[in-house]
Amino acid sequence: MSALTDDTLPVTPRAMRDEMIVFAAMAVLLGLVPLTGIYPFFVMQALCFALLACAFNLLIGYGGLLSFGHAMFLGTAGYCSAHALKVWGVTPEVGILVGVAGAAALSVVTGFISIRRQGIYFSMITLALSQLLFFIYLQAPFTHGEDGIQGIPQGHLFGIFNLAKPTVLYYVVLAGFLGGFLLIYRTINSPFGEVLKSIRENEQRAISLGYKTDQYKLLAFILSGTLAGFAGSLKVFVAQNASLTDVHWTMSGEIVLMTLVGGLGTIFGPVVGAFVIIAMQQYLAGFGQWVTVIQGVIFVACVLTFRRGIIGEIAHFFRRSL
Amino acid sequence: MADEFILETHGLTKEFAGFFAVRDVALKVRRGSIHALIGPNGAGKTTCFNLLTKFLRPSAGQILYKGQDITAMAPADVARLGLVRSFQISAVFPHLTALENVRVALQRQHGSSFDFWRSKSVLDRFNGRAIELLNDVGLSEFANTPAVEMPYGRKRALEIATTLALDPEMMLLDEPMAGMGHEDIDKIAALIKRISAKHTILMVEHNLSVVANLSDIITVLTRGQVLAQGNYAELSKDERVKEAYLGAGHA
Repeated sequence: MSALTDDTLPVTPRAMRDEMIVFAAMAVLLGLVPLTGIYPFFVMQALCFALLACAFNLLIGYGGLLSFGHAMFLGTAGYCSAHALKVWGVTPEVGILVGVAGAAALSVVTGFISIRRQGIYFSMITLALSQLLFFIYLQAPFTHGEDGIQGIPQGHLFGIFNLAKPTVLYYVVLAGFLGGFLLIYRTINSPFGEVLKSIRENEQRAISLGYKTDQYKLLAFILSGTLAGFAGSLKVFVAQNASLTDVHWTMSGEIVLMTLVGGLGTIFGPVVGAFVIIAMQQYLAGFGQWVTVIQGVIFVACVLTFRRGIIGEIAHFFRRSL
Repeated sequence: MADEFILETHGLTKEFAGFFAVRDVALKVRRGSIHALIGPNGAGKTTCFNLLTKFLRPSAGQILYKGQDITAMAPADVARLGLVRSFQISAVFPHLTALENVRVALQRQHGSSFDFWRSKSVLDRFNGRAIELLNDVGLSEFANTPAVEMPYGRKRALEIATTLALDPEMMLLDEPMAGMGHEDIDKIAALIKRISAKHTILMVEHNLSVVANLSDIITVLTRGQVLAQGNYAELSKDERVKEAYLGAGHA
């Protein structure tokens, strides 16, 4: 049903072994970052977006559902966490929980509304809902509108880890990213993941086998939204603020862009895509407004020349699943 | 009566904006039979099929399956009652292997399908049964082949294996021979004959020699209505049926 994912390779034991090797390499490389002198703030930010893109990819790459409103989970979790940390003065772990719970609740409601429609209508409903939420956050007093919630205290995670120290914060964010990534990987390779893939491949047939496909799509939506929220909560500790940027529709577009550039429906594509896009924003910042134009050109080039995305093309070339 | 006929319809009608694709169809499918639905193009066979499996909502009429009124049921619920359909265009999951295709059908009945936190290796316990089913339709050597890479005839066989995995009481096959070569037709026909020992079959088919060989009873549809019903010998003598097929009505 989805022309963009028509190159998915079947998962075999060899494929899973390849993927575990790449995962280990990725974990080690990311673990070494603080020793290299690379600006940790950049990598932490990229990790948050990588997790966000992976959560988004779970929905489109494996469920065939293109959400155009995923920023609402990022932003909602961010606002919830930021408010809890700053106003209620809760500990970091509780702050994360509040943010994730907020995103989960939102995904139940928005999923219930949007999942009944298919294709472009599903995308449009998610976009409409996220725009609705954007204007609520613009007006609601607790978000401080255009100013956002600033100066969020980082505190001690579990009373031990001082998140004000960049290196400690880096490893906490890395652990959060790897945990979220593994959960998504497991979901893809679970009994549930099998049904989800069958729905993506041929929904009518899945129904004819007795699957109530709406329920499976709803669960995928909730998982995706909740994990996107987890990324949003982590990001609060990195950026120390929560602002309207994170719920704006352009953020939803960026999530789509990251996933497409990296490789839709691939395991590692969204991670690579997120790093590429964040690096571009970081290192091309000198070009000012031109960054958007450059991003647009890359997007067009990606769709025209390497439709499968960076990782998708590599995986296709080596006939491997990555 | 409900025991004799596994599926019955009364006054089944489907109207698309003034056009009656199916009109007032009364169908009775005898338990354990192979019942064929034939008719010229546009006669409403596939619409009829979609109505029976709830993929379309009837405009009027009633559908009884094993005496139970299923007219208002959701398609997935009908499948759970043991009334399972196939599709005109071969309906496999292209990027899953043949084994995985069959397993998707097997795992539904075992209640772990929402478990996203468990490894899919828990599905390995269905492998034995899945391979048995693949053997039954002559696909054992394709177990680890992605469905998309299988020849067309084999895909249809895989689809039947997947349907059989649900152990349905009644199977609805929508043109099981469409687009097949002679060799495949013979294989699938033999397969259908074999599974009809345990399952009631209602099929739509264009290939009249297949229909003649396989079916116990045939219903002829034209312009959405039942024209005639009987076995092949009776129908082949029926002038109205000949007319419908030769298009004499337009002359």
